[in-house]
Amino acid sequence: MTQMTFARAINSGLRKSLENDPKVILMGEDIGALGGVFRVTDGLQKDFGRHRVVDTPLAESGIMGTAVGLAYRGYRPVVEIQFDGFIYPAFDQIVSQVAKMHYRTQGAVKMPITIRVPFGGGIGSPEHHSESPEAYFTHTSGLRVVSVSNPQDAHTMIQQAIACDDPVLYFEPKRRYHDKGDVDESLDLSAALSMEKARVVTEGKDVTLVAYGPLVKTAKDAALAAADEGVSVEVIDLRSLAPLDFVTLEASVRKTGRLVITHEAGQSGGLGAEVAASITERCFYHLEAAPVRVTGFDVPYPYSKLEMHHLPGLDRILDGVDRALGRPNSLSGLEG
Amino acid sequence: MFTDDAGKGGIAAGGPGNSAESNRRTGGDLVQLITPGGERVSHPEFDSWVQDVSDEQLGALYEDMVVIRRIDAEATALQRQGQLALWPPLLGQEASQIGSARALRDDDFVFPSYRDNGVAYCRGVNVEDIVRAWRGNALSGWDPFTVNVATQQIIIGSQTLHATGYAMGIQNDGADSVAVAYFGDGATSEGDVNEALVFAASFQAPVVFFCQNNHWAISEPVRLQSHIQIADRAAGFGIPSMRVDGNDVLAVMAAMRVALDRARHGGGPTFIEAVTYRMGPHTTADDPTRYRDANELEDWAAKDPISRLKSLLERKGLLTAEFEAAVSAKADAVAKALRAGTINMPEPQPLDIFRHVYSTSNSWLDRQQDHYSRYLASFGDPAEAASEEGAR
Repeated sequence: MTQMTFARAINSGLRKSLENDPKVILMGEDIGALGGVFRVTDGLQKDFGRHRVVDTPLAESGIMGTAVGLAYRGYRPVVEIQFDGFIYPAFDQIVSQVAKMHYRTQGAVKMPITIRVPFGGGIGSPEHHSESPEAYFTHTSGLRVVSVSNPQDAHTMIQQAIACDDPVLYFEPKRRYHDKGDVDESLDLSAALSMEKARVVTEGKDVTLVAYGPLVKTAKDAALAAADEGVSVEVIDLRSLAPLDFVTLEASVRKTGRLVITHEAGQSGGLGAEVAASITERCFYHLEAAPVRVTGFDVPYPYSKLEMHHLPGLDRILDGVDRALGRPNSLSGLEG
Repeated sequence: MFTDDAGKGGIAAGGPGNSAESNRRTGGDLVQLITPGGERVSHPEFDSWVQDVSDEQLGALYEDMVVIRRIDAEATALQRQGQLALWPPLLGQEASQIGSARALRDDDFVFPSYRDNGVAYCRGVNVEDIVRAWRGNALSGWDPFTVNVATQQIIIGSQTLHATGYAMGIQNDGADSVAVAYFGDGATSEGDVNEALVFAASFQAPVVFFCQNNHWAISEPVRLQSHIQIADRAAGFGIPSMRVDGNDVLAVMAAMRVALDRARHGGGPTFIEAVTYRMGPHTTADDPTRYRDANELEDWAAKDPISRLKSLLERKGLLTAEFEAAVSAKADAVAKALRAGTINMPEPQPLDIFRHVYSTSNSWLDRQQDHYSRYLASFGDPAEAASEEGAR
């Protein structure tokens, strides 16, 4: 076990993938000499060369489209999108090409492309630097979407994503890059929890609280605070956003009978809607109350002085837990 | 990329056998080796690139063009008869496609658009595979790696980036094959094509951009797409270009050979504008009489690529009755195979809809497949159930 930051844990995972498979190529803007704007690729170009860690022209569709061609040639490109809000120029290549090539060619052409996206807010950035675009991609068949919440998962899941023959969007919570945690770098990938599985972070019996990426830490903190009030909250880290691990979710909700989902992305059409609808379909007779969503608002990501109002914090999550439990809450007395 | 001195050298370096002059070629220089009347004219720079083309090979190029035109006509008829949902005719572009595709080596890799059926034919794609997607029986008809041709691209210009990325892979592998992107004049307005040119130039990737300027992007004329000759745009990216008579199979072949040779020898990308004309509609779904002048079609009919080569063969005394009969028999046989292959194509099975979305199983999709499978089973015969469903 080694203590390291989230960013360092991804770096170490990338390094192992580069070492283990000569077909792995990193591509992106500023990932070489600079080591990426968040330094996640720090030192990798120096050690693996410019042909393995490629500084590209500043063109997101170009990065993604050339990655498609490299995958055709048998490479496993790992693409860095510098910031969440910059992924949209590459959207067409991702959803029309990367996602569909395997289906289109009846399995002849694999697209083992990993798309790293630093995402989410809370770091006081200007516009286009704090978005949560994951639902666009969870809605697209052919893509796998994961988000990591701790250094150990960051380290193992980046390697699992690269080893996966399907395209994987790998969402990195940028406000957690400097958080430290224990990482077992020697952990064998086959022994590690599959990236498709959710993890019960904190066991509880009164309410299931579902989070992913940056909000897992906030959810854990909320569970601790709730415990002080005598409420037992089970926190689940989704890890995989597409496909969702309904086995783990169902087991938890059948136990607690109550469900709260939280994410930074806006509410309408977000991942919380999918979790709520699917769990309602699957566990209707086990639910004691309607599922509750605690999310960002349906607004463009606001200027940074207001972002803490937009982002679900500990108190808003606890308020959601109160709603699920039918305890006095901010909406008490209102219909719906 | 992929070479440690990338970025140090000039980005517009020409390969061996290419003069600096050709790198600066302007739109006015339309390379032509066979006149519309079928006369072989000499060209100081390009003659040498096709001097090995024998009479027999000239005849083979003619046969290819006749056959692909016949495939095109047969597919159009099949569409009119309801056997294909749609068909994008290439009528008029035979020389561009055959001349360029016949210049390729087997290990070169082609990234085509939906109209490049002549290219697919030259690469050895089975004729029924060419129409499989247009019949709606699959999203693509062939395994790209058996013929080194990517699946045909419908999103305009997207494949130019794929070709460039593939070329970067070739470069990294130290191989001397070449990636070729086929696209049209309309595609040059797309961001992806421009990004592909940037990447190709920056990394000096061994890729050929083969633009068939057929003058129309559905109903939009090329003048709406580009204020200058399309070939001249390449210079802005530091990529040498050629503008070639796209209805002259020999000139197209010569230009393609120049570009391939440059790429194989580390000279980087080349942009070729093959100036041709789409004589039919964009697809069988549109009506060109609504947007273009009949006189224009007449002008281009006079430059027809097949009659041009036919005249040359005649001048050379190669157009014997025996030869014509052989070509005609080949075209008949291919058309017959296309028709039979289309009509007898096996229907896909309902549960095929779930296959190959992912390379490994996906728990969401497995559940949906399981549910649909049970639903179908509730009717007895699944195929029957699906057709009843469709009829509702």
